[in-house]
Amino acid sequence: MTRYFTEDHEWIEVEGDTGTVGITDYAQGQLGDITFVELPDAGATVAKGDSVSVVDSVKAASDVYTPVSGTVSDANGALADEPELVNTDAEKGGWLFRITLSDPAELEGLMDETAYKAFVETL
Amino acid sequence: MRYLPLTDTDRAAMLDVIGAASVDDLFIDVPSEARLSGPVEGLPMHASEMAVERHMSALAGKNLSAGSAPFFLGAGAYRHHVPASVDHIIQRGEFLTAYTPYQPEIAQGTLQVLFEFQTQVARLFGTDIANASMYDGSTACWEAILMAARITRKDRAILSGGLHPHYGEVVRTMAKFTEDEIASLTCELTGEPDDAAVIAAIDEKTSCVVVQYPDILGRIPDLAAISEAAHAKGALVVAVVTEPVALGMIEAPGNLGADIVVGEGQSLGVGLQFGGPYLGLFGCREKFVRQMPGRLCGETVDAEGKRGFVLTLSTREQHIRREKATSNICTNSGLCALAFSIHLTLLGGNGLAQLAAVNHDRTQAVVERLTQIPGVSLLNDAYFNEVTLVLPGDAREVVRELADRKVLGGVSLGRLFPAQEDLHKGLLVAATETTTDEDIETLASELAAVLEGVPA
Repeated sequence: MTRYFTEDHEWIEVEGDTGTVGITDYAQGQLGDITFVELPDAGATVAKGDSVSVVDSVKAASDVYTPVSGTVSDANGALADEPELVNTDAEKGGWLFRITLSDPAELEGLMDETAYKAFVETL
Repeated sequence: MRYLPLTDTDRAAMLDVIGAASVDDLFIDVPSEARLSGPVEGLPMHASEMAVERHMSALAGKNLSAGSAPFFLGAGAYRHHVPASVDHIIQRGEFLTAYTPYQPEIAQGTLQVLFEFQTQVARLFGTDIANASMYDGSTACWEAILMAARITRKDRAILSGGLHPHYGEVVRTMAKFTEDEIASLTCELTGEPDDAAVIAAIDEKTSCVVVQYPDILGRIPDLAAISEAAHAKGALVVAVVTEPVALGMIEAPGNLGADIVVGEGQSLGVGLQFGGPYLGLFGCREKFVRQMPGRLCGETVDAEGKRGFVLTLSTREQHIRREKATSNICTNSGLCALAFSIHLTLLGGNGLAQLAAVNHDRTQAVVERLTQIPGVSLLNDAYFNEVTLVLPGDAREVVRELADRKVLGGVSLGRLFPAQEDLHKGLLVAATETTTDEDIETLASELAAVLEGVPA
């Protein structure tokens, strides 16, 4: 399993043609206490860069963009009652949705962990 | 405090971004006949305060106002008695905190009232929650349709024939640019409301049905039956209440299956005021709260554990969500909401029920007396404080002649539905706790005289 990162602070963990997507720990820290997460419906067909989720904190609503194109297979139901999971465990238990990739080649344009950490240093 | 005005360069840059050639381009929707190109004709450039007062008083003297004649007008705005204590209490300093209470630390007065107001509206409507008010009933009605469309992800709204035509006009105006399909059923002059037609119109593409309760002719729809039919097809029910005093007597729409309940709060605490400002009421099921428009006040505790109030779920609103917000309206009808809340507090639950009973009783008295006049018959199978009487001829003419005789006899259906000749013999007559036996007798004798062609 390989993990990739975007400049919008999404991470995607890929196994075969399935990707699990969430936002990074850095992003959740920037957003503050998360109060609600709007998740995509299973079956939704999306293109790389589409806004597929919205993360609400007390004073902001942030779009989450899918790092890859494909079909959403499911979303993290635990977030309905516990949106704060995204704060406490952004990079694992606070995952947002899973997607079946339609074009794995898109992953080549994304950053690996080292590159993402270097990118965050510049902000 | 510094003021930084715009320069012509700033203006040019902004116009360039939006693709307008000049500021005048922003006003192209204003018809040329309505544009002013110089001073207003007949209006002096200045006049003394005394002269202005004298002139305006003379103009006002030409009006026959609600308080100075027998008054039976309703159709969405009702003449109720607002106790003097309401006006006194709403001016207390505790309530004069920020109108826009986004800084809770200095706005607890306003926020506490809004929280109480929301609680009262939710209880009145039988909904889980209510917001801190909207502009008026008609815009609240449109907001409910938008909300139902967001929730159901469908875009066809059915408007009952019993919905106030002005509310229908507001909806159709707003829907012109949103691609929502609005199916407006026709108002028919029948004793029973158009429940069957509403139910028959519901299909799988329907996001909501909009039903006024009591309706424009004063009839009382069966919301339970309509809700069952709508929910079976995945549509929501929006109930519209233009006379909240009715809820002191008839069952709350939320308890009958309505998913969203909107209304006009003018009857309580807010006078007729020549048409405004009025008070939009908006309540809904708790599961829909994130799709609800308008301000929402919540109860919480501060850092020391003391109870406090804040505006909450702000990510629904424009200043955070911008074009994805639940509404482009980001204010409420604060003073009217305060007056509504104070009036309802003074009445209490029992008082509201008593008030409703008096309203219905007065209306029964009107019906009994007026139907004694040859040619005048009652349309409604059921009513609260407003009925449709059927006259022998065009009611609009009758209303004008009554006004000449200093009686404000009601609202003609010809005025509300000018294109529908089949309705023109209908006259809406409303009565409230302010209607006296004398008023009723005067209306009866003048109406009889007008119908017989007896000169004034």
